[in-house]
This record gives sequence, structure tokens and C-alpha cells, in this order.
Amino acid sequence: MRVPLNWLGDFVEVDGSPDELAELLTNAGLEVKAIERFGFAGAELPWPADLVMAAKILRVDRVPDADRLVLATVDYGADSTRQVITGAPNLFPYLGQDLGDADLWGALLLAGASYRNPYRDLKITRLKPKKLRGITSDAMLCSAVELGVGEDHEGIILFEPADELPALEPGRPLTEVLGDAVLDIDVIPNIARCASIMGVAREVAALTGAEFRPPAVPLTMDGPPIEGRVEVTTENPELNPRFVALLIEGIEQGASPYWMQHRLQLAGQRPISNVVDISNYVMLEVGQPNHTFDYDLLRQRADRYAGDGPVRIVTRLAREHERLTTLDGAERELRTNQIMVTDPAGSLSVGGVMGGRDSEIGPETRNVLLEAAAWERRGIRRTQRQLGVHTEAGFRFSRGVHPSQALLGARRAAELLRLHAGGTIAQGIIDHYPQQAPRVTVDFDLGYLRRLSGLDLDAAETADLLRRLEFGVDAATDSGPLRVTVPDHRLDIEGQHDLVEEVCRIYGYDRIPSTVLSDVLPPQRGNREQSFEDRVKDTLADLGLQEIVSYRLTTPEAEAKLQLEEAEPPPYVRLANPSTQDRIVMRRSLLASVLEAAASNGRFEDRLALFEVGRVFPVEEGDSLPEERERAAVVLTGPRRSSHWQAAENPDDCFDFFDMKGVVETVVDRIGLQVEFAPPEGASAATPFRAGRSATVVLAGGGEPVGLLGEMHPTVAANFDLEPAAGSPVLAAELDLDRILERIPESLQVEPVPVYPEVREDLALIVDEATPAASVEAALLKAGKPLLCAVELFDVFRGEAIGDGSKSLAYHLAFRAPNRTLRDRDTKKLRRRILGQVERSVGARLRE
Amino acid sequence: MIDQLDDIEARVSAALDGTADLEQLEEWRRATIGRKGEVQLLTRRMGEIEPADRPAFGKRINEIKTSLQAAFDARQEALRRAAAQVDDDADRLDVTLPGRRPSLGGLHPSTLVMRRIERIFGDMGFQTYRSPDVVTDQLNFGDLNMPPDHPARDMQDTFYTTDPSVVLRTHTSGGQILAMQEQHPAPVRVILPGMCYRNEQITSRSEIQFHQIEGLAVGPAITFADLKGTLTEFARRLFGEGRGARFRASYFPFTEPSAEMDIACFLCDGEGCQLCKETGWLEILGCGMVHPTVLRNGGYDPEKWSGFAFGMGPERIAMLRHGIRDIRYFWSNDLRFLRQFQRFV
Repeated sequence: MRVPLNWLGDFVEVDGSPDELAELLTNAGLEVKAIERFGFAGAELPWPADLVMAAKILRVDRVPDADRLVLATVDYGADSTRQVITGAPNLFPYLGQDLGDADLWGALLLAGASYRNPYRDLKITRLKPKKLRGITSDAMLCSAVELGVGEDHEGIILFEPADELPALEPGRPLTEVLGDAVLDIDVIPNIARCASIMGVAREVAALTGAEFRPPAVPLTMDGPPIEGRVEVTTENPELNPRFVALLIEGIEQGASPYWMQHRLQLAGQRPISNVVDISNYVMLEVGQPNHTFDYDLLRQRADRYAGDGPVRIVTRLAREHERLTTLDGAERELRTNQIMVTDPAGSLSVGGVMGGRDSEIGPETRNVLLEAAAWERRGIRRTQRQLGVHTEAGFRFSRGVHPSQALLGARRAAELLRLHAGGTIAQGIIDHYPQQAPRVTVDFDLGYLRRLSGLDLDAAETADLLRRLEFGVDAATDSGPLRVTVPDHRLDIEGQHDLVEEVCRIYGYDRIPSTVLSDVLPPQRGNREQSFEDRVKDTLADLGLQEIVSYRLTTPEAEAKLQLEEAEPPPYVRLANPSTQDRIVMRRSLLASVLEAAASNGRFEDRLALFEVGRVFPVEEGDSLPEERERAAVVLTGPRRSSHWQAAENPDDCFDFFDMKGVVETVVDRIGLQVEFAPPEGASAATPFRAGRSATVVLAGGGEPVGLLGEMHPTVAANFDLEPAAGSPVLAAELDLDRILERIPESLQVEPVPVYPEVREDLALIVDEATPAASVEAALLKAGKPLLCAVELFDVFRGEAIGDGSKSLAYHLAFRAPNRTLRDRDTKKLRRRILGQVERSVGARLRE
Repeated sequence: MIDQLDDIEARVSAALDGTADLEQLEEWRRATIGRKGEVQLLTRRMGEIEPADRPAFGKRINEIKTSLQAAFDARQEALRRAAAQVDDDADRLDVTLPGRRPSLGGLHPSTLVMRRIERIFGDMGFQTYRSPDVVTDQLNFGDLNMPPDHPARDMQDTFYTTDPSVVLRTHTSGGQILAMQEQHPAPVRVILPGMCYRNEQITSRSEIQFHQIEGLAVGPAITFADLKGTLTEFARRLFGEGRGARFRASYFPFTEPSAEMDIACFLCDGEGCQLCKETGWLEILGCGMVHPTVLRNGGYDPEKWSGFAFGMGPERIAMLRHGIRDIRYFWSNDLRFLRQFQRFV
């Protein structure tokens, strides 16, 4: 809502600078997004007081040999008059006239001042004296465009004295006449009443303590009575509680007075004609949207359905398949929950939203039926959404306009039509208001105010703050609640809590004390999932991986890249109204997210070590709500070490399976769990990884796998546009953190530091190639119990000496007894036992 | 014999002076004053000496031994020192060459900022509570005092799923209801971080997903003044001592009274600049006293309980704090952006 301060000044005294006012309003919930100045310092185009001024036009004369130019003689407050050459078409009607008594004024700009040049893309240009047809021209009469106050360049600004303008004197600086500052206020839903100059004025009055001056709405009604000529019926008072109609006859269409055009332009409305401008002006001023019908058209329709009977306006729900061509030329099919203004011949307008083309004002219109009605806000919101139409009227009605405003708006508009469009108002107002909106009263408990706000105000102070906003407050006593009556322009007050806000707002949020929470501290619970996830993230970052965060919205196709073969896509949580076609479902895979990120960064670097911890949203067929699971995904590819000038690039030193495995082992170890890896089996073998270079992750102790890791299948890597150099595989892992969390031990148990030294021995075993190293290690540990305390693989060897189909695994073994120092003969005995047992269990023999 | 001792001393001393390094010195020691060295062996020749001369001979040998030992010690010290001398000219390093840095990992800026915010509130007794991303329309709107066709629904563009009663949450506020229902009838103090979604055009200023951190305190005597105090303290800790904060009236359907907290612009300190759109203030969070309807939906009687709630966007805070001009950086996962946060302190 753009609020020109001069217009605001009609209703409330505005002291202080626009900045101060803006701050006051912003703090009270009317956020001023911008202040735009016109003419004054700080404006894009300032008007110097001695160079831009009001000038009275005295004569308009022909310029010899020039058909398109006239010479205006103006009084601008100097000792002598001045002659100004202009091509303004709106001065031509005055050619040859002495205008001394006409009181016609223009905006004079003298050489040295700047204006917006319409012939140079509105560039700000300084006026220089020049000679035209032998006459020196060193001044101009400006159009709205040239002064930066509007878009009109059809003619120059011409205005007459008006109540809405300050007193005019020749030479009075133009800033004092047309200069202004406009506050652009963000009208959030609870201040819908401030989508009007009057609404903002009420707030200013409440905040500054100045008096709010409601508009006087006198009405001169001297035309033939409306009664018997127009009838109004409302079939759905719950959707259309009030309907006010006035008949104005004999209007003459033309331009509205300049002061009105000026205000409308500053408020962001383009002036069109007096009838349209007045309708807009009243909507902006009072906040009451209104509509004008061509009465003669309505009459013609009535001739058909009523003969001599009256025009019958009926508001009712749209009928099945009813259609209406609206003002914007669109033919719309209406729904049966939309309320319409109709007559027996058909529909006339979409109530509260948009008028119909057939009954709209045309250039020939002389007689006007003015409508100002109240519409229930939810209905209007629904209609606007269903029709996809958003109008200024719909904006206001959908946020709520109190029915009491309808009569005020109607009176104001009718009187303005009389004054500025030459109409005569028919006697009588049709005010169809079957059920008056109830007066809302609220019992306001001061204890509640204190308890909620922390403010200690007594009854008198509270009542004063409320009265400033025009709330009625019965004689305030400190015992018992205040009885508060809500003023009849407000729809947003439902209970005490709303009054708390009003009191705090007007008192000033900044004046409310700041206190430390002294309330009971609730039982402290901690968040295990969160600390566990933090631990996982920290570990991965410590390991040299960079965290990423991806869109949780994706496409089934993007995730299908993980499939080696085409398959039916799984069910997804799917958007009904996606904003872009590449974000239409909630992801099921975190792996796809990290691979996408790897690919997009792969353009810049070869070495990538990334991870993401986040949610995936698998959903069962037919379900609407997914199971939200926390996962971690890791991707590694490229050189193991970042490049350095000293190290000869070793292309073979790339991340491999065991780097990925080491990452997973470390993550799991750091949360106190042990993990086992096994080649994927059965259905889970159909993974995006190479079958022989991937493993499922199972927590020690068994159970469902908690993850999968391995070398990406080259086809899958290529699907993601990941094509690293030869010899550099893409490694990835995905872990189900929810499943891991269930198994985290409550606390870490510490073992005592050993007292007796350990004895180390090496042992090389030859086993069948197919025997997993893990089972050899397990066999060793089992055989060596309880004195064998550690087994570390230090070499894997294959070669002729071993023979085809076999491999040699070399281990460091460490033995220790809890209560004595082991001697040679102890370890010799153990070694024999171990060898015997591992031969039996895994077919291992000693490599001599 | 005694006369020979002087010669021996002179010769051995000369040899000592001739040793060039610690190795030769050790050789010299073994050959002279070592256990089987020449000088030690002199003692054995005592038998060849007249008994009357023996004391003098013995004394002289001891003198020589002592003096050679001292000379040896001095020589050893000198040679050690010499050996420790390095030739700086021969193997000088170009110390300006780049160091060998370990490849570091790092956390995403959203994680870093969220952790910081959560820690500050954690210190004040607010615990982290998590709630789902995909929720019912009822939880996201209805329970928060936004029935269908409520004008406040226009303030947020919602992603609906193919089931019209299920939406992607537009804010973490719905989690308030879940937290209250779960913790009822105890007082509540929670922080709700999470991803939120809005149907917007993706531009440098708006995204379809963003994090939000919601806070909620419910108790028997919580006031708007407490809200101000808590959030002012939060701002002090997050943005530093002396950064001005202001509260102004605002509107959220689920709080009443509602407020917006601004802090003085980082860039211009309140003077007005492009960052703060000439206002001198930066909008940081929305807050207010929990609406009675919302309290009731959470299981608390508004006649006996009150509470405050607030919500903020960690990405927005990160953008303001770190001069990030484009919100799209956050989910683009460009390492050239993310790595800069390895320096986040």
C-alpha cells in the first residue's frame, strides 16, 4: 500500500519527518518497505524552490508560423510576467483567451533546473535557454512525466485551487504544492484494515496521540428518488452481508481533477477518467472497493424482464455452468460456490472480485448505479484462487473489510461523482443489510495482560492505549476485567490475546522490558540422534571429506541412474505442483545425491571426497506419508593425496576399495561399534556397485545390513557422467543411520592398561585364494584365546613360491597374559596349537 | 724411562691435535688413554723402574693421564660442536615454496551455523527436537490456527503432494505441536531444526528448500518480556556484544502478539546501506507468544500456560553474516564455495 503523506494529512496531523513516521509505523507492525520522495531533497528529481514553482496562467497566444506551439503568459510571483513556449495540446483550447479569472495553474520550471526528458528515455536533463521561432525560451511548463510524478505526457500539468491542495500563490515553490513523500507499507494479513489511507491514518493517530479526523461525508441528493427504480435482494447474506447502492445520473465523463490524478499516481494508480478514478480513489482512501454499473444498460435489461418494473439486483451463488465475460475480456466458467451480482437477465459481476464486461461503464455512460458491498473473506479468497484472478478489490475483501465500511464508501464515492463528474444523486440510499454485524465485546483481564506481556499496566493506562485505537472501554476499574468494545472497522479481534497485542503495539514493543526466563526449567533430555549424527559428520570431516547438502527433491529418472538395468520405478512422494520439472519427487536415495555432486565438481577437480548426512523418503505403494530415514552417503574418487609440487604425480595412487572401507570402519568405530563386511548376497546383489568389489555392512552381532559400499559399476558411474581417469575407480557407500543408532552402546567401557609386556611373533599362512581374510583372522583369534591379544595382517603375497590358487597372509601376532610375563615356551606351545587349529578350520598351512 | 714420558706425552698430544673428526678421536682414545691404550699400559712398566723413582714415575703418569683426559674432553667438545655445524649455503631451502598440507574435510555452512545456534539455545535449556519433512496439511496449517482459506496461507507458497492432505512442510512450526503433545504436561523448551520447502522460483534470493530453526518455550509463567530477553541474549551471543536489536510488531497466525526481531546492519551499523535496503536493520527472526488455539492443540490450557515461539533461517543468517550474495550456493554443492567454510570460526 502506497501512502502519500499529503493524502494521509487529510485525516491526521503528521508531524516529524517521513523517516520518523516510517519507523513508528514499522515498529507497530506496518512495515514501511521504502520511502519515495517527490520534489523534496532525497527525491530522484528534486525541485529547487527558486526554479520550480506554481505559476498562474494569464493568457495563451498563438506563436507566429507555428501550428503546434503556443505562447503562455504566466505570473510566477516575480515583478513581471513571463512567456513560455509550449506544445502542450491541453493549452490549445485556451488560445487567444484571457485567463485572468480562470484560476488555471501550471508547474513552471526555469532554466538551470532538471527535468525528466521524455524524448531521451526519461533521462534527467538540465534545462538550458534556447531560441525558438525567434523567441528566447528559458522556462517550461511541465508534464507529470517531466516532474517525475506520473506517466502522463499527453499534456502539461494544469490544476485549479482545491481543498485538497495548499493555497496557491504565484511563485510558491512546487514542492509545497505537489511535492510529497510516499510510504510503501507491507500490508500483512492482520492489518488488512490498513490497505487504505484512512486505516493508516487511524494507526498514526493511535501511535502519535494526534486526533483522527474521519472524513465528513455529506451527501447532496436532489435527483428523482431511487426507490421504485432499483431493488436489491441478497440470497446468501452469509457470503454477502451488506449491499449498498446509489444512483447517480447525468454525469459527464472526462478527466478527474488534477489533485485526484496526482494522489492516485503517487499511490500507484494510473488515472483514467473521473468515474474510474473516483472509484479507485474511494477504494484507496476508505478501503471500501466499489463498483459502477452503467444504469442505462441495467434498465434496458429490466425492460426485457420487468417491463416498467424496477431494476432488480440479486446477489446469489453462480448456477451450474454459468458463464460471465469479465472486464478483462476473459470468458469465465463459474463454480456454484461463487457469489455473483446478477439481475434476472443474467450475471453482472463476480461479487467482490471483478465486474462483467456487459454492464461496465462505457464512454457514453451518463447514469451510474454505484455498488458498495460487503463480502465474506473466505469466499472471496476461494473465488480468486479458483478463477486465478487477483484484483485490488479481491485483495481487500479476501483479507476482510468490515460491513460498516460499505455505507461510508458508497457515500464518499457518490458525493465525489456529484462534485467531479457533474452527476445528480438520486434521493435515497438502498442499504440492504439484513443482519447487522454484531458488536464484538471482550472481557479483558489485566492479570492475563500481565501474565502474557510481562507489562505492569493499570486499568487506566490500558484503557487509554485501547481508546487511542477507538476501542470502547467501559469505566476502568482495577478490579475485574475491562469490558472492551471492538470498533466497527475491525474484524481481527477475537479475544483477549488480540488485545494484548494491541496494547503492546501501541505501548511500544521497544518499551517492554527484557527479562531472563525465570520459569521452571523442563527436564533436560538431550537428543541422541542429533549427537550421533554430529559425531558421524565430525568423523567424516576429520577424515578429510567435505560435507555437502543436496536438494531433497529430485526425479525418478535421476535416481534410476543407479540401476544397471531398466526397472519399474519405486513409489515416490510426488509433488502435485512442482515449481521445476527437475524437482518433482522426494528422494529415496542419498547415494544419487552425492554422485550428482561429485559429477558437478568433477568438472573442476579429479580428487573428490564428499559426504552428505540427510533424510530420504521411501514410501510404500498407496501410502501418502513416507518413512523418513536418516542416511549417510560418501563418495571418493581420484588421487589419494592432493597434489603437491614436491611429490611426483603418481597416477596409480588413487582411492580404492580399501580407502572407502577404512572410512566406514572409522565412522563405525568412533561410535563404539564393530562392523563386518560380506560380499552382497541374493537380492541385494543387484546393486549399483561392481559385484566383486562391494560389500554389505553388518554390525558385529548380526542383524540386517546397515549399509553398502564398494566400487561403482562403470555403467552407473557413466550414467552420472562420472568418468574418472583409468585406474581411478569411483567408490561410494551409503549407511542407514537409524539402524546403526539402535545399536549404539549406552557407554564406552574402558579396559585396564596391561601390566605385563606382550610378546610379538610373526606368522605367515598359506590359504586357498577363495578363503576370505576375515575368516582366517577370526580363526586365529579363536585358536589363540585367551592369550592372543592382537592380530594384524601385514602382507598378502601371491606367486610361484605359493602356487596357483593360493595366497600367503602374513600376520603380526601379539600374546599377553594378564598375570605374568610370557616365556618362549609358552608362545611356542601356543603357536603349535594355533597352527593346528587354523589348518583344521580354514585349511591354512604354515609358509616356511 | 721417566725422561721418555715427556716424549710420549708430546707425541700423543700432537696426535690428539691431529684428529679431524669424532671417529678419529675415538681411535686416538682407544690407542692412548683407552683401557688397552698406550698411556694406560705405561703403568704396567712400573716394574722396570728403580723402586726409588717409582713414586715420581707414577705421579708423572697420572699427571699425563689427567692432562690427556682433559685435552681429550676439550677436543671432543670441539669436534662435536664442529660436527653440529651445518653448511647453510649448500642446502638452503626456499622457504617460500608451498607447505604440504593434509587434505582437510569440512562441514557445510548450514551445519556450522545451525550448530552454533543450537548450542546457544542449548545453553539456555532448549533441547533439539526433530520432526518430519512430509506432513499433513492439518499439522502444517490447521493445528497452527490456519484453517483452509485463511489469508495467511497466501504468505507461503506450499508444495502439495499428490495426496492433497499431505504437504512438504513450509516451516518447522508444525513440530511445535508434536513436541507439546509428546512432552505434555511438563513445561517445554525445545529447538526444532529442519528442512522446509516452498514453491518459489529459484533465484539468487529465494529457494525451494531451506532450513529453519524453530524455538518453543511453554511454561506456567512465560511472558513477552521473557521472549525479548531470551532472543536479545541469543543475538548478543550470535552476533557479538553491542549489536543493537529491535522488536517490532508483526503477524503470524500461530502467535499473538507477534513480533519480528531485527538487528543493526553488520555492514553499515545502522546508517543505511544496500544490504539493509537503507533501513539500518536486518530482519533476523519472527517470534511471538504462542496463540491460545495452538497451546490448546498442543494439550496446554491457555488459562494456565503461556509460551513463546520463534523461527529463523540459518541460510539467511549465514548470507548476511558472510556476505553470500546468492542463496543458490547452498545446495549447488560447489566445492569452491563450501571449502571456504573450513575457515569458519
